[in-house]
Amino acid sequence: MEYIKAFVVGGLICVIGQILLDHTKLTPAHILVSFLTTGVILGAIGVYKPLVDFAGAGATIPITGFGNSLAQGAIEGARTKGLIGAFTGGIEATGAGIAAIILFGYIIAIIFDPKTKD
Amino acid sequence: MDKLNKREYKEYAEKKMPKPPYVKNMIMAFIVGGIFCTIGQIILNLMKNNGLDEKMAAAGTAISMVLIGGLLTGLGVYDKIAKIGGAGAAVPITGFANSIVSPAMEFKREGFIFGVASKMFIIAGPVLVYGIGSSIIVGLISLLLR
Repeated sequence: MEYIKAFVVGGLICVIGQILLDHTKLTPAHILVSFLTTGVILGAIGVYKPLVDFAGAGATIPITGFGNSLAQGAIEGARTKGLIGAFTGGIEATGAGIAAIILFGYIIAIIFDPKTKD
Repeated sequence: MDKLNKREYKEYAEKKMPKPPYVKNMIMAFIVGGIFCTIGQIILNLMKNNGLDEKMAAAGTAISMVLIGGLLTGLGVYDKIAKIGGAGAAVPITGFANSIVSPAMEFKREGFIFGVASKMFIIAGPVLVYGIGSSIIVGLISLLLR
C-alpha cells in the first residue's frame, strides 16, 4: 500500500509538470525551479507535510519535496536557533542531497563522456 | 512584412505544427515519475529497517537517488528515460542530478574549472538560488510571526 501511494502521488506530481511542459512554453529547467519554489511555499504554509505523511517518497522524491524540506528546515532552524537558524536551517535539512550531488556529479562527469545523440 | 502579416503567419504556422500527444505524454510521465518515487520509497524503507531515524533515512535516500540519477545520466540511459517520460524524468530529484551531470559532461573540453565545475550549475544554480533564498525568507518570516 505504501508503495502504491508513493507511485500514485509521485506520478501525479509529474503529470502536473507534463501538462505545464505540453501546454506552456516552459522548459524542464523552468519546471524544476518553479516546482521547487512551489514546494518551499507549500512547505512554509504547512500544506505539504500532510502529503509527505500520506505518500512518503511519493511526496519527497519530486523536487517539490526538496523545497518543502528547505522551508521546514528554515522554520525549524528559526524556532530553535533564532536569526542564525533562519539562515542555516534550510541548507542543514537538505545538505545531504546537495553535498552528494556536487561530489558525485563532478566525478561522474569526469569519468563518463556524453553519448552522441541520435 | 507588416506586423499583422507576421502575426497571421505565426497563427498559421502554429496551426500547422504537429500537436504533442498530450494524453500519452501524461500517462508516460505518471508511470516514469511513479517508478522513481517507488524506488525512493524502497530505499527509504531499507534505510529505516537498518535502524536509521526518520531524518537520517531521508538524507540517505536523497544521497542514493542523486547517485542513481547521476550514474544513469553518465551511462546515457537518463536521456532515453527523459525522452519517454518527459516531466516524469525531470521532476524527481534524479532529474535534478541529471541537470547537473549532463551539462558538466557536455562542456568537459572547456576545462575542469570553466567546463565541468561551472557548467554543473547551469540549471542547479538557479534551483539553489531560488530554493535556498526563499527558504531563508521563510525562516525570517516565521521569526517575525512568532
